[in-house]
Amino acid sequence: MKGPDVTWYLAVATFMFATGALGVLIRRSPLIVLLSLELMLNACNLALIAFSRLHGNGAGQIFALSVMAVAASEVVVGLGLIVAMARRNLTLDVDKLTTLRG
Amino acid sequence: MTIFVLASSAGNVLVWIVWFAAAAACVGSGIAVISFSNPFYSALALIGNLASLAVLYLLLSAEFVAAAQVLVYAGAVMVMFLFVIAYLGGRADAPWAGGPSVNRIAAVVAAAAILVEVLVAIGLKSGHSLSNAASITGSFGSPAEIGRLFLTDHLLAFEITSVVLLIAAVGGVVLGAHARRLQAEEAEEAETAPASPPSRTEPPMEVPAAR
Repeated sequence: MKGPDVTWYLAVATFMFATGALGVLIRRSPLIVLLSLELMLNACNLALIAFSRLHGNGAGQIFALSVMAVAASEVVVGLGLIVAMARRNLTLDVDKLTTLRG
Repeated sequence: MTIFVLASSAGNVLVWIVWFAAAAACVGSGIAVISFSNPFYSALALIGNLASLAVLYLLLSAEFVAAAQVLVYAGAVMVMFLFVIAYLGGRADAPWAGGPSVNRIAAVVAAAAILVEVLVAIGLKSGHSLSNAASITGSFGSPAEIGRLFLTDHLLAFEITSVVLLIAAVGGVVLGAHARRLQAEEAEEAETAPASPPSRTEPPMEVPAAR
């Protein structure tokens, strides 16, 4: 295999996942939380494809494509929720949506 | 022979250079996504992140996934994101407010813990099982190979994916229609309210007594 080992790809994926997790935890705008979720899903995709290359098995790429489809669905529902929130004049701040806390 | 070896190592160096540029772009744009206060710039940074990820996929000889990444993700999904951000306008802005609170410090610690934990797990394996990549044929990752796998070994996953996409589409329509109906009701109330001004000036306690 030319170029870097699979290890290096996994390190990049780990860094991206940690960045996305930090974004989900630290940001309060639901839009940026969704973007950070995309970051985490793509980090997982990179790891799946790196392992697929490591074992020479195409199943990892099938997984990655399925994750892409799930991410697209999640974006549709998430953006629908954000637009519904905006239309009801709720503040776009995940810390202020505390109705279900009881 | 020496020329062949030289050419091979030059190719290796080239792959390293491309990998380094793509990985640096990935990490940098990932940090940019979570640090902009304007979600529009965050979404643009995520498009850059997805494009550099596609380069990494190509280096891992996953050609079809790289093409799907650019078409589906950087194309369709991000356009939807940008459309919603443009629809929300100034309300979508998310300024960094306040200083470091307990929650924020805990969030940074948790993210750093994930990073260190997984990096240590990778580093422990790096010398042995992670370094000898399997040899692959030329058709690995090609659209034909992916299609064959999807329609033979992973047919159930393929069908479930299509159902998930259908349900998400219906869910998006239902959410949008619900919000639109709410807005129409509010507009109707706003129209009918000025028509009967006395009922507004009456104190609320007198309404049951009048009935």
